[in-house]
Amino acid sequence: MIELIVNSALLLFLLIVAIAVVRLRQLLVSVMMFGLYSLLTASIFVVMLAADVAFTEAAVGAGIATVLMLAALARLPAEKEEARSRGQFWPLVLVTATGVLLIYGTIDMPGFGNADTAAHRGVAAQYIENAPVETGIPNMVTSILASYRGLDTLGEVLVIFTAGLGVLLVLGGIHPAIGSRLNSQEGQSSDTQEQSG
Amino acid sequence: MIEIVALVLLLSMGIILIRALLGPSLFDRILAVNVFSTKTALLIAVYAWIIDRPDILDIAIVYALINFIAVIAFLKLIVRGDLAASSPEHQR
Repeated sequence: MIELIVNSALLLFLLIVAIAVVRLRQLLVSVMMFGLYSLLTASIFVVMLAADVAFTEAAVGAGIATVLMLAALARLPAEKEEARSRGQFWPLVLVTATGVLLIYGTIDMPGFGNADTAAHRGVAAQYIENAPVETGIPNMVTSILASYRGLDTLGEVLVIFTAGLGVLLVLGGIHPAIGSRLNSQEGQSSDTQEQSG
Repeated sequence: MIEIVALVLLLSMGIILIRALLGPSLFDRILAVNVFSTKTALLIAVYAWIIDRPDILDIAIVYALINFIAVIAFLKLIVRGDLAASSPEHQR
Protein backbone atom coordinates (compact mmCIF):
# COMPACT_ATOMS: atom_id res chain seq x y z
CA MET A 1 0.00 0.00 0.00
CA ILE A 2 2.69 2.47 1.02
CA GLU A 3 4.72 1.51 -2.04
CA LEU A 4 1.77 2.35 -4.27
CA ILE A 5 1.37 5.75 -2.61
CA VAL A 6 5.09 6.55 -2.87
CA ASN A 7 5.12 5.47 -6.52
CA SER A 8 2.06 7.54 -7.41
CA ALA A 9 3.29 10.62 -5.57
CA LEU A 10 6.75 10.47 -7.16
CA LEU A 11 5.28 10.02 -10.65
CA LEU A 12 2.88 12.93 -10.03
CA PHE A 13 5.78 15.15 -8.92
CA LEU A 14 7.72 14.02 -12.01
CA LEU A 15 4.85 15.05 -14.27
CA ILE A 16 4.49 18.46 -12.59
CA VAL A 17 8.24 19.14 -12.80
CA ALA A 18 8.40 18.02 -16.45
CA ILE A 19 5.62 20.45 -17.40
CA ALA A 20 7.33 23.19 -15.36
CA VAL A 21 10.64 22.65 -17.21
CA VAL A 22 8.89 23.34 -20.51
CA ARG A 23 6.59 26.14 -19.38
CA LEU A 24 8.89 28.30 -17.21
CA ARG A 25 10.45 31.08 -19.28
CA GLN A 26 13.61 31.62 -17.22
CA LEU A 27 16.46 29.37 -18.32
CA LEU A 28 18.13 29.22 -14.89
CA VAL A 29 14.88 28.11 -13.26
CA SER A 30 14.41 25.50 -15.98
CA VAL A 31 17.86 24.09 -15.19
CA MET A 32 16.88 23.91 -11.50
CA MET A 33 13.69 22.07 -12.37
CA PHE A 34 15.68 19.74 -14.60
CA GLY A 35 17.89 18.86 -11.64
CA LEU A 36 14.74 18.06 -9.64
CA TYR A 37 13.52 15.94 -12.56
CA SER A 38 16.70 13.84 -12.48
CA LEU A 39 16.43 13.50 -8.70
CA LEU A 40 12.83 12.29 -8.95
CA THR A 41 13.75 9.85 -11.73
CA ALA A 42 16.50 8.46 -9.55
CA SER A 43 14.04 8.13 -6.64
CA ILE A 44 11.73 6.11 -8.87
CA PHE A 45 14.69 3.87 -9.75
CA VAL A 46 15.24 3.38 -6.01
CA VAL A 47 11.58 2.44 -5.52
CA MET A 48 12.00 -0.08 -8.35
CA LEU A 49 15.05 -1.47 -6.46
CA ALA A 50 17.48 -0.61 -9.29
CA ALA A 51 20.15 0.71 -6.93
CA ASP A 52 22.98 0.83 -9.50
CA VAL A 53 20.92 2.80 -12.01
CA ALA A 54 19.80 5.15 -9.26
CA PHE A 55 23.44 5.79 -8.32
CA THR A 56 24.31 6.66 -11.91
CA GLU A 57 21.25 8.85 -12.40
CA ALA A 58 21.88 10.73 -9.16
CA ALA A 59 25.56 11.36 -9.90
CA VAL A 60 25.31 12.08 -13.62
CA GLY A 61 21.78 13.39 -14.04
CA ALA A 62 21.30 15.47 -10.92
CA GLY A 63 24.95 16.33 -10.34
CA ILE A 64 27.16 16.63 -13.42
CA ALA A 65 24.44 17.42 -15.95
CA THR A 66 23.11 20.29 -13.82
CA VAL A 67 26.56 21.80 -13.39
CA LEU A 68 27.31 21.40 -17.12
CA MET A 69 24.06 23.13 -18.03
CA LEU A 70 24.92 25.97 -15.64
CA ALA A 71 28.35 26.25 -17.29
CA ALA A 72 26.65 26.44 -20.68
CA LEU A 73 24.23 29.05 -19.29
CA ALA A 74 27.16 31.21 -18.13
CA ARG A 75 28.42 31.28 -21.73
CA LEU A 76 25.18 32.52 -23.22
CA PRO A 77 24.99 36.16 -24.31
CA ALA A 78 23.40 38.56 -21.85
CA GLU A 79 20.58 39.81 -24.06
CA LYS A 80 17.36 37.94 -23.73
CA GLU A 81 15.80 36.27 -26.68
CA GLU A 82 12.12 35.63 -26.96
CA ALA A 83 11.86 32.21 -28.53
CA ARG A 84 8.14 31.93 -28.94
CA SER A 85 7.21 29.79 -31.91
CA ARG A 86 4.10 30.74 -33.85
CA GLY A 87 2.79 27.52 -35.32
CA GLN A 88 2.43 24.94 -32.58
CA PHE A 89 -0.08 22.71 -34.30
CA TRP A 90 2.17 20.47 -36.41
CA PRO A 91 4.78 19.96 -33.65
CA LEU A 92 1.93 18.86 -31.38
CA VAL A 93 0.71 16.38 -34.01
CA LEU A 94 4.26 15.05 -34.47
CA VAL A 95 4.88 14.66 -30.74
CA THR A 96 1.49 13.00 -30.18
CA ALA A 97 2.09 10.57 -33.05
CA THR A 98 5.55 9.69 -31.69
CA GLY A 99 4.10 9.17 -28.22
CA VAL A 100 1.35 6.90 -29.52
CA LEU A 101 3.91 4.87 -31.48
CA LEU A 102 6.13 4.53 -28.41
CA ILE A 103 3.19 3.40 -26.25
CA TYR A 104 2.25 0.94 -29.00
CA GLY A 105 5.82 -0.33 -28.89
CA THR A 106 5.60 -1.05 -25.15
CA ILE A 107 2.60 -3.34 -25.58
CA ASP A 108 4.86 -6.17 -26.73
CA MET A 109 7.20 -5.73 -23.76
CA PRO A 110 6.98 -8.28 -20.94
CA GLY A 111 5.29 -7.26 -17.70
CA PHE A 112 7.28 -5.50 -14.96
CA GLY A 113 9.08 -8.04 -12.78
CA ASN A 114 8.01 -10.98 -14.94
CA ALA A 115 10.38 -13.90 -14.32
CA ASP A 116 9.59 -15.67 -17.59
CA THR A 117 11.04 -13.07 -19.95
CA ALA A 118 13.73 -13.94 -22.48
CA ALA A 119 16.34 -11.95 -20.56
CA HIS A 120 15.83 -14.09 -17.46
CA ARG A 121 15.71 -17.50 -19.15
CA GLY A 122 19.07 -17.18 -20.91
CA VAL A 123 22.38 -16.66 -19.19
CA ALA A 124 20.99 -14.99 -16.07
CA ALA A 125 20.71 -18.21 -14.05
CA GLN A 126 24.25 -19.13 -15.03
CA TYR A 127 25.52 -15.70 -13.93
CA ILE A 128 23.78 -15.98 -10.57
CA GLU A 129 25.19 -19.47 -10.04
CA ASN A 130 28.78 -18.95 -11.20
CA ALA A 131 29.58 -15.25 -10.87
CA PRO A 132 30.75 -15.18 -7.23
CA VAL A 133 32.96 -18.24 -7.76
CA GLU A 134 34.37 -17.39 -11.20
CA THR A 135 35.10 -13.69 -10.69
CA GLY A 136 35.45 -13.38 -6.92
CA ILE A 137 33.40 -10.15 -6.92
CA PRO A 138 30.62 -10.13 -4.31
CA ASN A 139 28.38 -7.68 -6.20
CA MET A 140 26.73 -9.52 -9.09
CA VAL A 141 26.05 -6.48 -11.28
CA THR A 142 29.65 -5.36 -10.95
CA SER A 143 30.95 -8.84 -11.76
CA ILE A 144 28.89 -8.92 -14.98
CA LEU A 145 29.81 -5.38 -16.05
CA ALA A 146 33.48 -5.51 -15.18
CA SER A 147 34.31 -9.13 -15.93
CA TYR A 148 31.92 -10.92 -18.27
CA ARG A 149 31.18 -7.79 -20.28
CA GLY A 150 34.53 -6.10 -19.73
CA LEU A 151 35.14 -5.27 -23.42
CA ASP A 152 31.67 -3.78 -23.64
CA THR A 153 32.40 -1.60 -20.62
CA LEU A 154 35.71 -0.55 -22.18
CA GLY A 155 33.79 0.66 -25.23
CA GLU A 156 31.44 2.63 -22.97
CA VAL A 157 34.39 4.23 -21.21
CA LEU A 158 35.75 5.26 -24.63
CA VAL A 159 32.41 6.83 -25.55
CA ILE A 160 32.17 8.73 -22.25
CA PHE A 161 35.79 9.89 -22.52
CA THR A 162 35.10 11.21 -26.03
CA ALA A 163 31.97 12.98 -24.79
CA GLY A 164 33.97 14.54 -21.94
CA LEU A 165 36.61 15.78 -24.39
CA GLY A 166 33.87 17.31 -26.54
CA VAL A 167 32.33 19.09 -23.56
CA LEU A 168 35.73 20.44 -22.51
CA LEU A 169 36.39 21.73 -26.03
CA VAL A 170 33.00 23.44 -26.21
CA LEU A 171 32.94 24.93 -22.69
CA GLY A 172 36.65 25.48 -22.06
CA GLY A 173 37.46 27.28 -25.31
CA ILE A 174 39.68 30.33 -25.73
CA HIS A 175 36.86 32.85 -25.26
CA PRO A 176 36.53 34.23 -21.75
CA ALA A 177 33.17 33.83 -20.10
CA ILE A 178 30.65 36.31 -21.35
CA GLY A 179 29.07 36.58 -17.96
CA SER A 180 25.84 36.26 -16.19
CA ARG A 181 22.48 37.20 -17.62
CA LEU A 182 21.38 38.32 -14.19
CA ASN A 183 23.91 41.08 -13.53
CA SER A 184 25.34 41.80 -16.94
CA GLN A 185 27.39 44.83 -15.88
CA GLU A 186 29.35 42.81 -13.38
CA GLY A 187 29.92 40.10 -15.98
CA GLN A 188 31.31 42.60 -18.49
CA SER A 189 33.66 44.26 -16.05
CA SER A 190 35.02 40.94 -14.82
CA ASP A 191 35.48 40.06 -18.48
CA THR A 192 37.84 42.95 -19.08
CA GLN A 193 39.60 42.10 -15.85
CA GLU A 194 40.24 38.61 -17.14
CA GLN A 195 41.62 39.84 -20.44
CA SER A 196 43.98 42.32 -18.83
CA GLY A 197 45.11 39.93 -16.14
CA MET B 1 4.09 4.03 12.13
CA ILE B 2 7.07 4.67 9.86
CA GLU B 3 4.61 4.77 6.96
CA ILE B 4 3.14 7.95 8.43
CA VAL B 5 6.61 9.51 8.32
CA ALA B 6 6.82 8.64 4.61
CA LEU B 7 3.41 10.17 3.98
CA VAL B 8 4.30 13.38 5.81
CA LEU B 9 7.55 13.58 3.83
CA LEU B 10 5.63 13.19 0.57
CA LEU B 11 3.18 15.89 1.66
CA SER B 12 5.99 18.31 2.52
CA MET B 13 7.66 17.52 -0.84
CA GLY B 14 4.43 18.54 -2.55
CA ILE B 15 4.24 21.81 -0.62
CA ILE B 16 7.90 22.60 -1.36
CA LEU B 17 7.34 21.83 -5.03
CA ILE B 18 4.57 24.45 -5.10
CA ARG B 19 7.01 26.98 -3.62
CA ALA B 20 9.63 26.02 -6.24
CA LEU B 21 7.10 26.57 -9.03
CA LEU B 22 5.61 29.83 -7.73
CA GLY B 23 8.63 31.27 -5.93
CA PRO B 24 8.74 34.96 -6.73
CA SER B 25 12.50 35.37 -6.35
CA LEU B 26 15.32 33.18 -7.58
CA PHE B 27 16.50 32.48 -4.05
CA ASP B 28 13.10 31.13 -3.03
CA ARG B 29 13.43 28.61 -5.81
CA ILE B 30 17.02 27.68 -4.91
CA LEU B 31 16.02 27.13 -1.29
CA ALA B 32 12.99 25.11 -2.40
CA VAL B 33 15.12 22.90 -4.68
CA ASN B 34 17.63 22.40 -1.87
CA VAL B 35 14.95 21.43 0.66
CA PHE B 36 13.23 19.19 -1.90
CA SER B 37 16.48 17.29 -2.44
CA THR B 38 16.93 16.92 1.31
CA LYS B 39 13.41 15.56 1.62
CA THR B 40 14.13 13.12 -1.21
CA ALA B 41 17.17 11.80 0.64
CA LEU B 42 15.08 11.44 3.81
CA LEU B 43 12.30 9.69 1.90
CA ILE B 44 14.78 7.19 0.48
CA ALA B 45 16.18 6.51 3.94
CA VAL B 46 12.66 5.94 5.32
CA TYR B 47 11.73 3.83 2.31
CA ALA B 48 14.85 1.68 2.79
CA TRP B 49 13.65 1.04 6.35
CA ILE B 50 10.11 0.21 5.18
CA ILE B 51 11.16 -2.37 2.59
CA ASP B 52 14.03 -3.58 4.81
CA ARG B 53 16.86 -2.95 2.35
CA PRO B 54 19.61 -1.09 4.26
CA ASP B 55 21.95 -1.05 1.22
CA ILE B 56 19.73 1.62 -0.32
CA LEU B 57 20.87 4.01 2.42
CA ASP B 58 24.07 4.60 0.39
CA ILE B 59 21.99 6.26 -2.30
CA ALA B 60 20.54 8.67 0.25
CA ILE B 61 24.11 9.70 1.16
CA VAL B 62 24.97 10.24 -2.52
CA TYR B 63 21.86 12.42 -2.86
CA ALA B 64 22.86 14.59 0.06
CA LEU B 65 26.33 15.15 -1.48
CA ILE B 66 25.03 15.83 -5.01
CA ASN B 67 22.45 18.28 -3.70
CA PHE B 68 25.21 20.27 -2.02
CA ILE B 69 27.28 20.48 -5.24
CA ALA B 70 24.33 21.62 -7.36
CA VAL B 71 23.32 24.37 -4.92
CA ILE B 72 26.91 25.64 -4.69
CA ALA B 73 27.07 25.76 -8.50
CA PHE B 74 23.80 27.72 -8.69
CA LEU B 75 24.90 30.27 -6.12
CA LYS B 76 28.33 30.67 -7.71
CA LEU B 77 26.78 31.30 -11.10
CA ILE B 78 24.46 33.94 -9.67
CA VAL B 79 27.08 35.73 -7.57
CA ARG B 80 30.12 35.55 -9.85
CA GLY B 81 28.45 35.13 -13.22
CA ASP B 82 30.87 32.37 -14.14
CA LEU B 83 31.44 28.86 -12.87
CA ALA B 84 35.18 28.91 -13.60
CA ALA B 85 35.98 32.00 -11.49
CA SER B 86 38.01 30.66 -8.62
CA SER B 87 40.76 33.11 -7.75
CA PRO B 88 40.08 35.93 -5.26
CA GLU B 89 40.72 38.79 -7.73
CA HIS B 90 37.49 37.95 -9.49
CA GLN B 91 35.70 38.78 -6.30
CA ARG B 92 34.52 42.33 -5.72
